[in-house]
Amino acid sequence: MSAGFFGKRQDVSKSLEQTDRQLPWVEKYRPKNLDEVSAQDHAVTVLKKTLESANLPHMLFYGPPGTGKTSTILALTKELYGPHLSKSRVLELNASDERGISIVREKVKNFARLTVSNPSKEDREKYPCPPYKIIILDEADSMTSDAQSALRRTMETYSGVTRFCLICNYITRIIDPLASRCSKFRFRPLDNQDALERLRHIQEQENVSIEDGVLEEVLKIANGDLRKAITLLQSAARLHSTLATAVDEEGDVDATDTADRVTIDSIREIAGSVPKNVLKSLLDAAESKQFQKIFNSVEDAVMEGWSAVEIVNQLHDEIILNDSFTSEQKNKFSRALFETDARLTNGTDEHIQLLNLVTKISEAV
Amino acid sequence: MSLWVDKYRPSTLSQLDYHQDVSKRLEALASSGDFPHLLVYGPSGAGKKTRVLVLLRELFGAGVEKMKIDVRTFQLNSRKLEFNVVSSPYHLEITPSDLGNNDRVVIQDLLKEVAQTEQVDFSGKHRFKVVVINEAESLSRDAQAALRRTMEKYSKNIRLVLISNTTSNIIAPIRSRTLLIRIASPHVDDIVGVLDTLCTKQQVSIADDRTEVLQRIALQSKRNLRRALLLVEALAMQNETLTKSTPMIELDWESVIKRLARDIYKDRTVSRISQCRTVCYELISHCIPPRIILKTLAFELLHLVQHTKQQEAIIETAAVFDERLSLGTKSIYHLEGFIAKSMVVIETL
Repeated sequence: MSAGFFGKRQDVSKSLEQTDRQLPWVEKYRPKNLDEVSAQDHAVTVLKKTLESANLPHMLFYGPPGTGKTSTILALTKELYGPHLSKSRVLELNASDERGISIVREKVKNFARLTVSNPSKEDREKYPCPPYKIIILDEADSMTSDAQSALRRTMETYSGVTRFCLICNYITRIIDPLASRCSKFRFRPLDNQDALERLRHIQEQENVSIEDGVLEEVLKIANGDLRKAITLLQSAARLHSTLATAVDEEGDVDATDTADRVTIDSIREIAGSVPKNVLKSLLDAAESKQFQKIFNSVEDAVMEGWSAVEIVNQLHDEIILNDSFTSEQKNKFSRALFETDARLTNGTDEHIQLLNLVTKISEAV
Repeated sequence: MSLWVDKYRPSTLSQLDYHQDVSKRLEALASSGDFPHLLVYGPSGAGKKTRVLVLLRELFGAGVEKMKIDVRTFQLNSRKLEFNVVSSPYHLEITPSDLGNNDRVVIQDLLKEVAQTEQVDFSGKHRFKVVVINEAESLSRDAQAALRRTMEKYSKNIRLVLISNTTSNIIAPIRSRTLLIRIASPHVDDIVGVLDTLCTKQQVSIADDRTEVLQRIALQSKRNLRRALLLVEALAMQNETLTKSTPMIELDWESVIKRLARDIYKDRTVSRISQCRTVCYELISHCIPPRIILKTLAFELLHLVQHTKQQEAIIETAAVFDERLSLGTKSIYHLEGFIAKSMVVIETL
C-alpha cells in the first residue's frame, strides 16, 4: 500500500517537472537534506546525532504553521533511506483527508507490523538505512482523541520495527499518553534574518526582479510563516511575469522594465492588505470627531471593497504601536476592536460594525 | 427584449469601462498558460460577475456563452436535495449557499465529479474546467474545509473562481491558495461615463445639462452600477425626456423603511412600536432580508438625528442587534428590539 502511495507521488512530481512553472515553489524549494533546514538549529542538531547513531526515538514536532516541521522530517527520511528505500520504509499520512479510528486501526497498524525490507547494496553504502520504518502523521492535532488512543498500543508493540513522527500545531490537542511516548521538538517561528536569506535565495534562483524592500514586506505580512511568504512571492512573480509578456506582445518595450518588477504595492494588493492611506483616513476621521466625516470615510472604505477583518487587524497594529495614545485610551481601543472582531466572526454586516468601531475609537481619542 | 443591464453587459476585456488596471491583469492571466485559482471580491454591483464571465470568454472563446441549466439531485440521509447548476462545455456555475448547511455535500460530490472527468474537447485552449462559485462568503466552514483539499488534489483538471462580497468569512487556507482580486465599486464619474454611452446608444433624450442629470442618477444608485442601469431604464420608460427635475424612482421597500424611520423619530410611543411591528412583518414577508432592513433603518435614523451623542448611541445599538440577528433565529424580535432601543436613545439623549 505504501509503495503505491509513494509511487503515485513520484509520478506526479515527474509530470510536474515538465511543466516546471506550475510546481509550487513551496514544494520546489523544500529542503533536500537537514543542512538546508534553516533556523531550527536545536532540532536539526539533535536529529543529526540520530543520523550518526542510527537510533531514533518516537518524535513529536510542534510549532506554528510554516516553520518547517514537515520539511524537516521529510529531509531526515531522505538522508536516512535515500530515494529508493524510502518507498517501502516511510508512510506519510495527512490527517486532514483521512482521519478517524478506522485508518489508525487498519492502515497504520498494517504498515507498522510489516518487517523491514532489506536495503539493496548500493543504498547500504550510501545511506545509514537503520532497521526500522517511519510513520509520519501530519496534522496530528486534527485526529480525534479516539484515534489517538488507538495509536498508543500500536506505538509500543511495534516499536522494534517502526518509529512514529507526529506533527502538529497545538501540542495541547495531543493526548498526554501519546505526548509522553515521544521526544518533543519545538519549532519556533522563523526570525526575519533566516527567512529573508531563504526568500532571497528563491528570488535569485527564480529570477524575480523586485523593488527594494519587497522581501521585507512579504515577511512582515507572512508574520513568521515561511510557506505563506513563499506562496505570496510566487503569486506576485507569476502575476508580474505574465504582465510583462502581455506588454511584450504589444511591442511596448518601455513598459516592460517597470511592469515585470514586483512592487511593494502589488504585494500588499495580492495579500489583500489595506493600504496605509485608507487606514489613515479612517483614523483622521475618528480624530476629527465629526460624525458625518466618519460616516463618509467608512462608506468609502466599504465601497472600495476592503475586507473589514483586515481593516480591524491592521488598525490594531497601527493603534497599539502608536505611542501618542495613553494606556487608558488603548484599553478602550482594544475593547472596541475585540468586540468588532468577535461580531464579524459571527457573520454580521461589515458596514455597520465598521462604523460602530470607528465611532467607538473616536469617542476614546 | 432584454434588460439593458444584460444587453450592454461587456463581453470582452476591452469593453470594460473602468478599473483598467484590473482588466490588464486579467488579460495577462488569461493569456498565460498557467491560471491560478481566483478569489474575486468587492461590493455588489461593482462588476465582479461581469469580469469573471469576460475572463472565461477570453480563456475559452465564445463557447462559454452556450449555457444551460441543469437540476441535479443529491442524496443526503434519505433526503433529496435539488440544486441548480448552470453549465457550458467549459465551465460550471454554482451557488452552494442555496442549500444552507448542506453545501458541503454539493461541494464534495459535484466538484469531485467534475474534477475526475477531463475535458473531452481537445481543440480547446485549456485542459481544465472552471468552476465559478457564487456567494462564496456564505459557504459554511465545513464546505470551505472540503474545498481546501479539492483545490490541491484536482488542480490539474479544475480551477475555481470564488465570487464573494468580502474576504472576511473566507478561511485563511483558502485565501492563501487563491489569487485575490479586488473589484472596488465604480466611482460616480465612472457610472456617469457608462450611463452616457448607454443613453447615446439607446437614444434616450436628456435635457441640456446632460452630466448633471446623469450624476443625479449615479448618486441615487449609491455606486452600484447595476442599480444605476436599472434605474435609468425605468426612468427612460416613464419619461420622454430626462431632466434635472425628473422624479427619481425609489424602491418600494426603501421608501417604506424611510417612512418607518421618520415615524420612529417623530413619535416614540408604545402604540407606535406595535405599528412598526406590522410594517416589519410586511417587509419580511416580501422577502426583504432582515439584515438589510436593519441596516437601512439604522442609516436613515442616523441621517435624521442631529446630536453626535445620539448618532453614536444608535450605531452602537445597530451593531449589537446586528450581531443578535445572526446569532438568533427569529429576526422580528431583534428588529423590534432595535426600534424600541433607538426610541429610548432618541428620547433620553
